[in-house]
Amino acid sequence: MHEHRDDTASKIGMWLFIFTEILLFGGLFIVYAVYRYKNPVAFHLAGEELNVMLGTLNTVVLLISSMTIAMAITAMQRGKTELSLRLLYITIFLAILFMVNKYFEWGFKFEHGIYPSSEYLQSLSRGDILFYGLYFFMTGLHALHIIVGVVFIGFVVYYIKKGKVRQDRFVMLENSGLYWHLVDLIWIFLFPLFYLIH
Amino acid sequence: MHENQHGSHDVSYLEYQGKYKGLLGWLTSTDHKRIGLLYLYTILTFFAVGAILGMMMKLELLAPGKTIMGPQAYNGFFTLHGIIMIFVVVIPGLPAVFGNFFLPLQIGAPDVAFPKLNLFSWYIYIAGIILVLISQFAGDGPPDTGWTFYAPYSFQTGTNMLPAVLGAFVLGFSSILTGLNFIVTIHRMRAPGMGWFRMPLFPWALYGTAWIQLLATPIVGITLLMVVAERTLNIGFFDPALGGDPVLFQHLFWIYSHPAVYIMILPAMGAISEIIPTFARKTIFGYRAIVISTIMIAFVGYFVWGHHMFTSGMSGTALYVFSLLTFIVAIPSAIKVFNWISTLHKASINIQTPFYWAISFIFVFMVGGLSGLVLGALATDVHVHDTAFVVAHFHYIVFGGTGFAFFAAIHYWFPKIYGRMYDAGWANTGWTIMFIGFNALYAPMFYLGITGMSRRYYDYLPEYHGGNILSSIGAMILIIGLIVVITNLVRSARKGEKAEANPWGGKTLEWTVPSPPPLENFDKIPTVTRGPYDYSSEAH
Repeated sequence: MHEHRDDTASKIGMWLFIFTEILLFGGLFIVYAVYRYKNPVAFHLAGEELNVMLGTLNTVVLLISSMTIAMAITAMQRGKTELSLRLLYITIFLAILFMVNKYFEWGFKFEHGIYPSSEYLQSLSRGDILFYGLYFFMTGLHALHIIVGVVFIGFVVYYIKKGKVRQDRFVMLENSGLYWHLVDLIWIFLFPLFYLIH
Repeated sequence: MHENQHGSHDVSYLEYQGKYKGLLGWLTSTDHKRIGLLYLYTILTFFAVGAILGMMMKLELLAPGKTIMGPQAYNGFFTLHGIIMIFVVVIPGLPAVFGNFFLPLQIGAPDVAFPKLNLFSWYIYIAGIILVLISQFAGDGPPDTGWTFYAPYSFQTGTNMLPAVLGAFVLGFSSILTGLNFIVTIHRMRAPGMGWFRMPLFPWALYGTAWIQLLATPIVGITLLMVVAERTLNIGFFDPALGGDPVLFQHLFWIYSHPAVYIMILPAMGAISEIIPTFARKTIFGYRAIVISTIMIAFVGYFVWGHHMFTSGMSGTALYVFSLLTFIVAIPSAIKVFNWISTLHKASINIQTPFYWAISFIFVFMVGGLSGLVLGALATDVHVHDTAFVVAHFHYIVFGGTGFAFFAAIHYWFPKIYGRMYDAGWANTGWTIMFIGFNALYAPMFYLGITGMSRRYYDYLPEYHGGNILSSIGAMILIIGLIVVITNLVRSARKGEKAEANPWGGKTLEWTVPSPPPLENFDKIPTVTRGPYDYSSEAH
């Protein structure tokens, strides 16, 4: 059949999908709000147990990666394909760096016997169980989105190399950028909720 | 405007041979019309399965005590009946079948905005169905929680809940993608000259529905994932023993599942709004009022979920607010009913099968809607909560409303889809039998509920025997009617008389193309110069 191309439609589609993602996490934010309200002290104390240093590092990593993908889009618009590709590689590298940090962060918790349904966790107060349950579930789901984002960006890299994404048609690159900003944005909310508010 | 490399303008979408032939040609086609029919066949198949399950439940209730199955089997039956009918049949229902087929035709577009995504949505839908079916046959017995998956039972029961919950999640994902596709299609692909207020009412209804699909479904998605985490990782979100709150599950579940009721009914109302003016041969009364009421239903529908939980434990303020909002959401539905009736006023009505279905839709929808107010009022709800009354109300809306509108739509658009006419005699007979059976089945349940018969039990006290006999007989009549209707449609799709392009004298764009429509819908994208139901040019 004939090729129907409408970049605005693709972008509206991506925005709509982003709405659904925000609502997906929105459900979890409601749960977080309810349980924080019910267990203020436990959430406070448990929050202090998280490693603010690692959390901050990861926040900085994600913010920089958001910048690099935005720069990749601008580079593509100006026809600098090589530069665009290089910036995307940096973005992917930063995403992997985030995951490595996450691995160590979770690893430390596991070493202390804190993981879902662990004996030690079950012996703590209900507020602690809920805090760590939400912590693992929400950061885990977020990490899953990082992985999806990396795969998405990987596809864009592939299409750039094949010449299907180029200066005059880069909506797919732009959409991957939109998605990546969403992943970043969700983290911007997760970080203070778990690490900073006391 | 559109180059055609295949020279296939005259070939209908049914005959077109692409890269693949036969069944594979259907399974790989991104043509919105073929995808609509893929949904139609899947939905009708599972509608039959769900109807048989319902029939078995009614047989069990024919007499008190164990009749044909025990309590555990009965629990499994109403759970599967609910999951199939809600998630597989009614929620995709009209949007996936008639939305896919007629949205592009009605707005003058060659296809939906993302045809590949559209086909992908169907495959996701099939994947969800497979998961639901796995839950029945693998593991430790079929799920027994009801389609609502209420916590804490949904993670305490030993039955095979995981695939069922995941299946519902996957089906929701398919629904989101269809909604996304329709919103973009409506925004970007309306024919030149078709402003928002020249758009037919069915696309308007799909537009409202699509926003609900998009914005409400993720909430139940995450809730179901939390149940999965609860079962696999013992996280404690909804488990009181671990500090969780089961009532919170109910809130999250109904934040989606009440708007989902409007996902079911809005497209049905849209189809009725197409059928009424066509057979009244008259411009629809209050076009703008219907549009605005569609948007109001979609919007207010988000804020009434609490009326499912009047007996679950909420603050007094919450109770009053939810009850008030529930009464408010009834207003736009009533506006639509008045508009349909006003359209019929002084019209010279062409009485055909789709019209019978449409007019009976209005009747049963009113019964369902008004009985809903009994449930929305705080004092009476406490009395009839979780009784057969709720089941009757719900089926009057979802079967009598959406189901009847589905049959109205399928008869209305049948000539366009297949290029053939159904047999009117059999179609009318089938409608008569189904209408009688439907009312005999569900009307007694209002009475049974008010007198105190609980729902979801395989057994009941002897004093409810009479009403249940009547109800079970109604179920049998209904099934017979269903067989007549479906058989007639299946036979007519192959052997019916050839249909003209516009057998009913409809005014919307789908009637301007041949029946069945050619592959790319329109030779030349039409330019729209007037409203969708403009009968003024014809002499009265």
